[in-house]
Amino acid sequence: MKRKAGFLTPLAYVGPAVAFLLVYQLYPAVQTVIYSFLDRRSESFVGLENYKYVFTSPTMLRAFKNNLLWVVFFTAGTVGFGLLLAILVDRVKYESLAKSVIFMPMAVSFVGAGVVWKFMYNYRPPGAAQIGLLNQILEVLGFKPIGWLIESPVNNFALIVVGLWIWTGYCMVILSAAYKGIPKELLEAGQVDGARDLQLFWHIIIPEMRPALSVVVTTMLVNVLKIFDIIYVMTNGNYGTEVIANRMYKEMFQFANTGRASAIAVVLFLIIIPIMYYNIRSKLKGEE
Amino acid sequence: MSRAKLRRMLPRVIVNGAVILAMALWIVPTLGLFITSFRPASEVTSSGWWTVLSSPLKFTQFTIENYRSVLSTGGMTTAFRNSFIITIGGTVVPVFVAALAAFGLSKLHFGGRTFFYGLIVMMLVVPTQMTFIPVLRLYNKLSLSGTFLGLTLVHTGYGLPFAVFMLHNFFDALPDDLFQAAYIDGASVWTTFVRLAIPLSIPAIASLVIFQFLFVWNDLLVALIYLGGHESVAPLTMRLSSLVGSYGQSWHLLTAAAFVSMFVPLVVFFSLQKYFVRGILGGAVKG
Repeated sequence: MKRKAGFLTPLAYVGPAVAFLLVYQLYPAVQTVIYSFLDRRSESFVGLENYKYVFTSPTMLRAFKNNLLWVVFFTAGTVGFGLLLAILVDRVKYESLAKSVIFMPMAVSFVGAGVVWKFMYNYRPPGAAQIGLLNQILEVLGFKPIGWLIESPVNNFALIVVGLWIWTGYCMVILSAAYKGIPKELLEAGQVDGARDLQLFWHIIIPEMRPALSVVVTTMLVNVLKIFDIIYVMTNGNYGTEVIANRMYKEMFQFANTGRASAIAVVLFLIIIPIMYYNIRSKLKGEE
Repeated sequence: MSRAKLRRMLPRVIVNGAVILAMALWIVPTLGLFITSFRPASEVTSSGWWTVLSSPLKFTQFTIENYRSVLSTGGMTTAFRNSFIITIGGTVVPVFVAALAAFGLSKLHFGGRTFFYGLIVMMLVVPTQMTFIPVLRLYNKLSLSGTFLGLTLVHTGYGLPFAVFMLHNFFDALPDDLFQAAYIDGASVWTTFVRLAIPLSIPAIASLVIFQFLFVWNDLLVALIYLGGHESVAPLTMRLSSLVGSYGQSWHLLTAAAFVSMFVPLVVFFSLQKYFVRGILGGAVKG
């Protein structure tokens, strides 16, 4: 027998949360869709004008291209290195120390991490004393210093490295927990059967870790589509590094164009929906 | 050394080498920032931070002047206070509202609770970008933009779906019989919430609190949107990002300011790491 609740008690407990979600999620999401069909001041209907801008203007196409670059290299990098590190740290004695160190950037802000790396990437013309570590290394090796954040396309990769530095630890922690969850008998049975390390990896480790991997991959995909802080602090989208979320911010505040900003948000939303759907489904499955 | 022994040792050497290399890649950038923040301006511009490693014990080459300067004239003291106010409000309110909702959805039996739970989880799909413009317009009408209250409420609205999702799973794992027994003993719903559900889920709540704390402390975008250009209420992240613009190449000051902003989250992280990791695992794998 379960406690029968009337109407008022559930309302008191669940009501506040539902009210918050109506005001801060549901209503604004619907409103943004409406704004995306209106002009810059949300006064008159402009049809698909804003979407035409999103899909044809050179700045937006640049942003899409860069986000795609991020999607490929950031996702592959964080998940790949995260998985590799999860397996490697399992075999050393100072595992928890190693994990703390690699996981640490997750605790600090992206702005802080942005400053850390802006300093690493510091550029001075050849001849002057370098104060950025990367250019110092290049000079010692006999190369010319590089304007890491200014020269395209190297700057996009320089920014992606910052993303990797921040998020790899997150992937490692989740994948490490999943790796430790693989039944030992399974791994040992594989070894007895004479499976080589690589076979063990592809035929036992990867399939066993599939739920965790799909959560991590989808989480990284959503992150990368919404990536903002790193770009905003380090280049503000200049020198060909623009991304979708930074562009939306600019349309909103710099150009005060509500219609375009809303259309960008809607497109971002439509791209994210299937990924999040898959992400939540994987999480719910993990519960069972 | 025999060849067989060598062959057994080689993989271990490679594994250790790789892990140590990775640790170095993660430590060195932060170390550079940390060392630079203690060097005088003239030296920061004339030589790389690694040059101090040749004589690390020469303490006269270090100074705390940069910290004094960012805290007094850089506006970092006000920003520090603002970050605290925003983070405390932005943590306590959402966790409390989420705990109430998660408890109601898990332990009270009423029509439509699956629907409401589904609705809340569905909101995880909505990127915050979808909400900025309408909420900001609403805030401008209600004079809530640029206020701590406004920002607290926003963080509550944004943090809720994940918080409810996580706590609901935890409350669901608590046996119904326990609550049944309490009701038979005459306990009210509120009593079972405060005396049973909350104490039993301290680990989950602790994880959630740390998670939300770090999230709000480190947030830049939401603060930029809803606090606008109001320097007097700007948190550390906003202050630091505007210093990146105004200080430009004054690395001795920028590094000190960055470290001020990283200090609290690093302390929280290293002292409560276990809960933080559990929160991430709770949200990511087990749901």
